[in-house]
Amino acid sequence: MSGEALCLDAIDRRLLNDFQQGFPLSARPYAEIGAHLGIGEAEVLSRLARLSAAGAVSRVGPVLAPKRVGVSTLAAMAVPPGRLEAVADRVSAYPEVNHNYEREHRLNLWFVVTAKDQARLAEVLGEIALTTGLEVLDLPMIEEYHIDLGFPLQWS
Amino acid sequence: MVLNRSPDPTDLALLDAIAAGLPLDPHPYARVGEGLGLTETQVRERLGRLLAEGTIRRLGVVVRHQELGYKANAMVVWALPEDRVTELGQRIGALPFVTLSYRRPPRPGWPYSLFTMIHGRDRDAVLAQVDRIKEHCGLQEVESAILFSGRRFKQRGASYGQTRSGAAQERGLEDLGHAGAAVAKLRGVEWPKHAGGATPPAP
Repeated sequence: MSGEALCLDAIDRRLLNDFQQGFPLSARPYAEIGAHLGIGEAEVLSRLARLSAAGAVSRVGPVLAPKRVGVSTLAAMAVPPGRLEAVADRVSAYPEVNHNYEREHRLNLWFVVTAKDQARLAEVLGEIALTTGLEVLDLPMIEEYHIDLGFPLQWS
Repeated sequence: MVLNRSPDPTDLALLDAIAAGLPLDPHPYARVGEGLGLTETQVRERLGRLLAEGTIRRLGVVVRHQELGYKANAMVVWALPEDRVTELGQRIGALPFVTLSYRRPPRPGWPYSLFTMIHGRDRDAVLAQVDRIKEHCGLQEVESAILFSGRRFKQRGASYGQTRSGAAQERGLEDLGHAGAAVAKLRGVEWPKHAGGATPPAP
């Protein structure tokens, strides 16, 4: 994925920052973005492909509102350090897990589980607890106080 | 905004089809529609509706912060009295450097009820911001913890699982936002030449 140096010019920076929301719904959205940036459609596509390959772009796609489609939760586990990679791999293997991070705490593995319904969510968490022999903390979001409208990048 | 309308099965199939991203193709909506039996126009109209209804919060470029030089990511959690979570969640969530602010249930051995997220260029920057939160909200005496992120084992858009039926995307760990200031003006400052590669790729 990454490893190569990321050299970003002014156009890359605008591409990364200015189109985190409001992606055009016109038939040729990349051409429309190109028109904003003063470059052609093909160059927009090649730049996005390069930024994706370099790991700077996760995807060009939707961020969904929570609690609209299916169910989700944040889960945490205290994994003995020597087992962390193996347990993390087991957790990541679930298609229902979309983020899985190590954090510096006694609870050192944190992941988000999404599922079609509560039953499947409970099943995934239960299986992980059972197969690892470790407790899984289930921390569903109760209330949200911040609206995600993208992340303003500051080049400093 | 139209509330209380559940996405229909075609919506779910569409969200599933684009969860990993729109194709990098001159006609991305036509390509997506091909796999679903929808026309390009139908795909565009459905996405427009899902956006207007708020099911899709935003559509666009989802960046990876670590690769862009935001090396320090901290989940900062606060053990607050029940009746103060909403007020403080809103106040902290409104600070410009806070990218998420969620209430979650405390658990035995885990007393924290408010989860906030800070992405910064380095640890010192994040720690200074945590101090600013404490000062701004008078939280010096409140029990809190700072959980810096280590390795990233997996990061991608919400998958809808093997059922292909849809699931919410809880953006708790990665897909961040800044209220109001979504399109910050870029500052023409020197970019680090080696912004990528700090973290091993997800397996």
